[in-house]
Amino acid sequence: MSEKSVGEMSFEEAMKALEAVVNRLESGDVPLEESISLYERGAALKAHCQAKLREAEEKVAQITLDGEGKPTGTTPVDPE
Amino acid sequence: MDLIDDPTPGQNAHEYTVSEISGAVKRVIEGEFGRVRVRGEVGRVFRARSGHLYYDVKDDRNVLACTTWKGQLANLSVMPEEGLEVVVTGRLTTFGAQSKYNLNVEEVTVAGVGALMAMLEKRKKALEAEGLFDPARKKPLPYLPEIIGVVTSPSGAVIRDILHRLRDRFPRKVLIWPVAVQGQNCAPEVANAIRGFNALTPGGALPRPDVIIVARGGGSIEDLWGFNEEIVARAAAESGIPLISAVGHETDTTLIDYVSDRRAPTPTAAAEMAVPVRLELLAWVDGQEARLSRALGRGIADRRQRLTDLSRILPRPEALLSEPRQRLDRAEAALPTALLRLVDRRGADLARMGGALRPSVLSARIRTDRDRLATWEARLAPGLTRGIRQGAERLEALGRRLRPAPLAERVARQRVDLERISPRLETTYRARLAKLSDRLDALDRMRQTLGYKETLQRGYAVVRAGDAVVTDAEAARAAGRIEIEFRDGRVEAQAGGAARPKGKAKPPEQGSLF
Repeated sequence: MSEKSVGEMSFEEAMKALEAVVNRLESGDVPLEESISLYERGAALKAHCQAKLREAEEKVAQITLDGEGKPTGTTPVDPE
Repeated sequence: MDLIDDPTPGQNAHEYTVSEISGAVKRVIEGEFGRVRVRGEVGRVFRARSGHLYYDVKDDRNVLACTTWKGQLANLSVMPEEGLEVVVTGRLTTFGAQSKYNLNVEEVTVAGVGALMAMLEKRKKALEAEGLFDPARKKPLPYLPEIIGVVTSPSGAVIRDILHRLRDRFPRKVLIWPVAVQGQNCAPEVANAIRGFNALTPGGALPRPDVIIVARGGGSIEDLWGFNEEIVARAAAESGIPLISAVGHETDTTLIDYVSDRRAPTPTAAAEMAVPVRLELLAWVDGQEARLSRALGRGIADRRQRLTDLSRILPRPEALLSEPRQRLDRAEAALPTALLRLVDRRGADLARMGGALRPSVLSARIRTDRDRLATWEARLAPGLTRGIRQGAERLEALGRRLRPAPLAERVARQRVDLERISPRLETTYRARLAKLSDRLDALDRMRQTLGYKETLQRGYAVVRAGDAVVTDAEAARAAGRIEIEFRDGRVEAQAGGAARPKGKAKPPEQGSLF
């Protein structure tokens, strides 16, 4: 499994990779040494997914426009 | 027939000028009708370079010329399109310069829902024919977008619904691009917003969104009409960012719904499409972690079990080693005897080979070689003598062939030739000599006629100073002593008073002239 490092993955990529690792490990036909490195990779992917999920932050802004409809900046919006 | 209008009784009616009657008609028409609404089908439409719009509204028998000035165009809620059934509202007026009347239209509305739907159907067909609705064009939505762009009215329930649902599922960064969601400005603003979001740079101060939601609440077909405009549909089709449309209620399908990547029945549903549920994902991740640990644990437990099973059926080490040990013992016992026997055998081999090696073998060989050498030596001298004799015989044969007769014959023949040729040489030589002598005499005569001596015959003289000929008085004065040659001889003289006497006179000269 040669692919990009866990830290560079999007949430969706990490999710798919984690699922693949779990399935492979559960299949039971993995050599012992590999099963340990798989477990470690799975743990890293899980941590990455959790970090991405914790990043959930709400921030709402409204674009301000000039007379010609071109964006000039933003003003914060209170979603309530 | 009267050529001149001569008022006669009964013909004394008021006489208008053209402008007067034109003005009067204008007053009547504008006064009588004022603001009117007229229903008809749009005919030919012409937009002048000035920006004004000229078009006809007609029924099956008559045509009404309509105008909308450039400044009024922005206020029209529907642009007149040929074939569209409309109700136009405006003021009737006249155009005296062409004896015409027309309606200055301030507002155009589509006459009835049927006509509006017919127009929509026409546009839909045109865009479909271009392939804008092709399912292959539709882009997948990102699973978890970082930034969500929302094109809608910044006030109202729609944006609130979207933000609430996003917060419930997965709080994200949201950029709202405010637009009018109905009226004349709706379509251009929505199209501009979609293009504007696409023009932003990812990660910039204004970051480019990963997904766009175009949303509007429910309303009448006229309210939603902006989302049926072609510019909106085209902007949505061109969007590089995946786009979710959520306009009106589920039953209202607008043109943008056909070109968007996903159509949401409501704005809330659009928010649900845009992001997954965070808590579910957290639970899923936890579940994966549990499966991971369980799988690893089971993998180790399985192996331990197998190890136990295998070790049970493994034979005892003593049993495995007993046979090899016996073989070792036997071999060890046999070793000294085997070594002695080997030494014996090698000794015998050596003795056999040494016996064969004696001096008599070598001397026999030397004798053979010496005999061969003697044979060759005996053959050498006779061979040489024979070679010399053969060479002498060949030389003698060649000598016999070499005789003087042919040479003498050749010498005699050539001598005859020489004797024949010699007299001719003499004759030719003499003739040539005589000719050259004649030519020399002729040249000498020529020389004498051209020489200065002939000139002396005519009374001239040549003056010399030493070897040089003097040709002017200056040179003569400078020379002093001079010599004058006449026809019959030479005289020495002193030139001028400045002359110095000279010791000895120069001897007369003959020969070279200059």
